[in-house]
Amino acid sequence: MRFIPVTCEEQAEMLARVGARSVDELFSDIPEDARLARPLTLPEPMSEIALAAHLESLAGRDLDGSRVVSFLGAGIYDHYVPAIVDAVVSKPAFFTAYTPYQPEVSQGTLQAVYEFQSMICQLTGMEVSNASMYDGAAAFTEAALMAARVTKRDKVVVSGAVHPEWRETLATYVESGTLEVVEVPAAGGVTDVSAVGEALDERTAAVLVSSPTFYGTLEDLASLGALAHDAGALFVVATDPLLLGVLEPPAAYGADIVVGEGQALGNAVSFGGPGLGLFACRKAHIRQMPGRVAGKTTDVDGRTGFVLTFSTREQHIRREKATSNICSNHALNALAAGVYLAAVGAEGLAGIGEACVAKAHYLEAALVGTGHFERVFDAPFAREFALRYGGDVAAMQRHMLERGFLAGVDLGRFAADDAGFVLFAVTERHTREVLDRFVEEVSAL
Amino acid sequence: MSTFSNAGGSAEVPMHEPLTGTLIFERGAAESRCVEAPPLDVPAVSLDAVLGGRARSVPPALPHVTEVDIARHYEHLASANFGVDSGFYPLGSCTMKYNPKIDEQACRLPGFARIHPYQPEETVQGALELMWGLQEALAEVAGLPVVTLQPAAGAHGELTALLTIRAYHTANGDPRAKVLVPDSAHGTNPATVAMCGYQVVQIPSDERGGVDLEALRAALDTDVAALMLTNPNTVGLFDENILAITEAVHAVGALAYCDGANLNAIMGKSRPGDMGFDAMHINLHKTFATPHGGGGPGAGPVAVTEPLASYLPGPLVARDGEMFTLSTPEHSIGRVRSFLGNFGVLVRAYTYIRAVGGEGLREISEQAVLSANYLKALLEDAWPVAYDRTCMHEFVMSGGPLRKATGVRTLDVAKRLLDYGIHPPTVYFPLIVEEALMVEPTETEGKATLDRFAAVLRLIAEEAQADPDLLHGAPYTTPVRRLDEAAAVKNADLAWRPEDVEA
Amino acid sequence: MYPKELKYDREHEWVRMDGDVATIGISDFAQDQLGEVVYVDLPSVGDVVSTGESFGEVESVKSVSELFSPVSGEIVEVNSELDDAPELVNNDSYGDGWMIKVKVDNLSEVDALMDADSYEAYLAEEA
Repeated sequence: MRFIPVTCEEQAEMLARVGARSVDELFSDIPEDARLARPLTLPEPMSEIALAAHLESLAGRDLDGSRVVSFLGAGIYDHYVPAIVDAVVSKPAFFTAYTPYQPEVSQGTLQAVYEFQSMICQLTGMEVSNASMYDGAAAFTEAALMAARVTKRDKVVVSGAVHPEWRETLATYVESGTLEVVEVPAAGGVTDVSAVGEALDERTAAVLVSSPTFYGTLEDLASLGALAHDAGALFVVATDPLLLGVLEPPAAYGADIVVGEGQALGNAVSFGGPGLGLFACRKAHIRQMPGRVAGKTTDVDGRTGFVLTFSTREQHIRREKATSNICSNHALNALAAGVYLAAVGAEGLAGIGEACVAKAHYLEAALVGTGHFERVFDAPFAREFALRYGGDVAAMQRHMLERGFLAGVDLGRFAADDAGFVLFAVTERHTREVLDRFVEEVSAL
Repeated sequence: MSTFSNAGGSAEVPMHEPLTGTLIFERGAAESRCVEAPPLDVPAVSLDAVLGGRARSVPPALPHVTEVDIARHYEHLASANFGVDSGFYPLGSCTMKYNPKIDEQACRLPGFARIHPYQPEETVQGALELMWGLQEALAEVAGLPVVTLQPAAGAHGELTALLTIRAYHTANGDPRAKVLVPDSAHGTNPATVAMCGYQVVQIPSDERGGVDLEALRAALDTDVAALMLTNPNTVGLFDENILAITEAVHAVGALAYCDGANLNAIMGKSRPGDMGFDAMHINLHKTFATPHGGGGPGAGPVAVTEPLASYLPGPLVARDGEMFTLSTPEHSIGRVRSFLGNFGVLVRAYTYIRAVGGEGLREISEQAVLSANYLKALLEDAWPVAYDRTCMHEFVMSGGPLRKATGVRTLDVAKRLLDYGIHPPTVYFPLIVEEALMVEPTETEGKATLDRFAAVLRLIAEEAQADPDLLHGAPYTTPVRRLDEAAAVKNADLAWRPEDVEA
Repeated sequence: MYPKELKYDREHEWVRMDGDVATIGISDFAQDQLGEVVYVDLPSVGDVVSTGESFGEVESVKSVSELFSPVSGEIVEVNSELDDAPELVNNDSYGDGWMIKVKVDNLSEVDALMDADSYEAYLAEEA
């Protein structure tokens, strides 16, 4: 395929206007030793028809969610995406636009971002949301860095019940010693509240927890928040936005910064990316908030309009003193989330959340009832739960895969202490019939 | 759509309702619904009981709308947006090329869109093969052998690479404190340096627009960890001294990092690895035609030399005979994100590379450079170019003389271009050029588009002479006109709230 | 434009002395360069500032400028009016747009600053 509209004749005219004899002459600034003297060693170009067939054959080698019953979650979920969502994000005027730096011709993106921010504020109970970040891990990490700026302290206390990949991301970002991270191990699938109390001191900028936790359990946010605030630290809560139709918002427990992975709101699983980093905070802290934010204003004729605002926090103005090096947001994923939330509304979101919770509890009880799995945590859970399997997890998962099931996430791959634990995620897409069939197969193990 | 006169309507019944400004929250009615939860087919639970007293007490105030409300709302918003499919978008440094439609189809194939990152490797061989193929292709284009696809964006790639470089120095028992950044650099460069705990040392440009070699040599010492350099650079020039620059950097044990923002100029012509760079990031949303999405998602893979490879974040895709597997390098800096990268974006970039092939990539760079030089030739007598040399895929003009002569600023010119249906170039960047306009036509624009752009810019220069106020007041034809950005900060309104309606 | 009774520094701050207390703001030239001021970040009363060191920031929509103290001493008052009305910096840069008051450690520092004529000459030279 070829996406160059200029004809050979036009190329000749253009060269003549430039005053060059050949295109190669235009590259004469490149020193001889830095030139590539051979063609790139890459596959030959393909016609659209051949390319489509090649891609279909590659994709066809993957076992996708339409061909298997999957209980995989752990931060990324295969919820139903309403048809209207893709209809909107497929509009070229949205997806082929750049960052809305020229607001007069970017009102579509800007208003959609403002509406997205408004919805995230409604869900989380916070005053301000940014225009989104890369993913939950990035938002979580940026929250720790922001807390240090707000409090002018240099240490954070992180719960061991937070997604291991998020904790690892934070550790990578602060490896250079910019921030000390103290990890408090989880106990019983939730944060060890007394251990958090012991870890807090006058250097602590924030306590960072996740509810639901990586294990699907729900934290005692009220106690954790009070501990953080008593120590003069910020309280950072990672949430699951899909469940905020049924769960109290983090703001109700005094959260100062709320982060989360927003993929579940209208975005494809897509092998784990692109995600949608959610980031919301108090208005008082906005000047330390990372990332873009849209605001409402008026134009010279008094019409309502939207602009990117508080830009002086950002790298293109403040350079090395910026709140973050982040430039992109995940605008298209945020657009999908906004359309999703508009489509389901508060009632739909609550109904979907309730379906997830009820089906998860149905499956959990049934799996425990088979005798092959046992309960390991007492804490309440929402749509995801961990059980201990009595036998070899890998063998069980292979066996179930042959029967058309992706039987949960083996938690032993993340931590030796969690060997034998399997994490099951249930969504509104799992019918009772499918759940019963899975339980039947498990019973036959 | 209508062929009738526009001059009807009244105050109560305007002929056209504004496309934007009415929020989705203000549409529909309390009983309006679009997607409802399916009926529960398992026993209901008491939410407050099973959630341990954490059930939501007050529902969030989300919109109540029907599907047709949503369809219209976003269609109106889209019509107030300008994208590459709308018209010419010569936004310098952003490579706003056409985004092929087959890429969009590819990433939506169920075998790519509905697979989970924790599936067993044998169930995602197609996806892993695609990622491996993309790693290989990017390595070949970069001239650097090992590629990680993890970074979510260019700035994220910079961070990943700099942390990798830091780990390399630390492992060699030689931690260093400073990173050199030219004064023409993107803001993300110094911001990244600071995030990695390094000190930024700014290097001036010389009068030909390249790195001031003497100043660079003076700044280089054994405490310098790296030089971050965009090449071709942000004024659109290939640094003629590139080999001397990387050699000087290496001479003090520092590493050379290439900001790959401008890779679209040199594919198949010159490779950063062959210029002496040790690491680079590649913006798939620029060079490899993945859409910008109104701000993202993009992807910023990082390519490095063998000595750096063992420090890269995991996981990478490896080929083991016919099988593709995930593995984490031995001395990895650790994760920089969750899961495996912005896979949906990677699918699009892979699709693009397979569509055009290696020769196609070279042809793309050649046309991008020819189009930029052509446009520069059409404009240079009316609009002074910051550095009068053969440019690469973009060039920077200065609106300084126009401002002195007429009081019309580059901002006014940009706004006036909107009235002509053209997206303005990047303005006020790089910082080293007064009233800068940075023009990048890309290879996907025809000659007629370039000719019209030049004609329009010449006309605007004439308008500025004749009637500066016309330009101060522009734009006139856009969905909204100039917005009060100061008020947006001072009276910050960053979210709709139901209270605002009741009040 | 540049009141005679004030002293100026090369970073475009002005100083008005009252006993040993210096009132500090930014010059008309500086506010004009910035454009519409939307935010002023000021230190707290009791903080100590040193000559040439940053004591805060002033922001327009698309720029941030650091504020440098022309004198050393302890901050005795900050202009909290600017929180709600940062535009005072534009509208009344030598009056209600003042920023901080500093109890000066060493009055000879003030003598070393430029008077209005020298400052205007300095501006002409810079242009």
